Amino acid sequence: MLHIINKSPLGNVSLDSCLRVAKSGEILLIEDAVYAATRGNAFEARISEALGRLKIHVLLPDLEARGLADRLMDGISKVDYGGFVDLVAANKNCQSWL
Amino acid sequence: MSDIKKFLFVNRKPPYGTIYALEALEVVLISAAFDQDVSLAFLDDGVYQLKKGQQTKGIETKNFSPTYRALEGYDVEKLYVEKESLAARGLTEDDLLVDVTVLSSEEMGNLMDQQDVVLSF
Repeated sequence: MLHIINKSPLGNVSLDSCLRVAKSGEILLIEDAVYAATRGNAFEARISEALGRLKIHVLLPDLEARGLADRLMDGISKVDYGGFVDLVAANKNCQSWL
Repeated sequence: MSDIKKFLFVNRKPPYGTIYALEALEVVLISAAFDQDVSLAFLDDGVYQLKKGQQTKGIETKNFSPTYRALEGYDVEKLYVEKESLAARGLTEDDLLVDVTVLSSEEMGNLMDQQDVVLSF
C-alpha cells in the first residue's frame, strides 16, 4: 500500500507513527513532510533505516519550494504530480496520515 | 516616544504547509508601521522559513521568502535564530537568506523574557 505523509517529522508524529506501523510498501512525502528526506536533519537515521523495507518517494515541487532540492538523501526517488497519480494508481490502497 | 513596546514574534512553523509563516510576516509589517521595537525569533521548524533557494513555481504559491530581506527597509533588523534548531535540521547560518543573530536555547529564553509582548505563530 501507499502511505502519504504531509507533516514535518520534527513538529508532528505522523511520520514516526507511519514508520512504526508500516512494515512494507511505499511512502510518499509531500508538503512539509519533505523535510524528513533532507540530509543532516534529525530524522535522517529513521529514514535510512526505513529504506531497507519501504520504498520512499518525495514530491519534487514541494522540495524545491522549500529550497532543499539539493539536499535530498540518497535512496529516495523524486516524483512530480504525474508520478503522484501513478503511485496512487499502482497501489491497491493508500492512507493519508493527516 | 515613551510608549514604545518591545514586541517579539516567535516563528515555529515551516513555510507553505500552513498559513502561519506568511501571516506572521504580515503582522510584523503592520507592527513596524506603528514604530514599535520589533524582534523576530525563529526556532524549531520556523528556521526553515529563512532557507535560501526557495522556488515555489511548482506548487503555484507565492514565494514570500524575499520579504525577510526587505524587513530592514521597515526598520525590522533584529532577527534571532536558535542554534539547536538549525543543527537538528542540518542547517547552518550560511543556509539562511538574511543576516541573523544565532542564539543558544538559553539566550533565546532570555530574549523572550525581556519582551513586553510576545506573539506566537
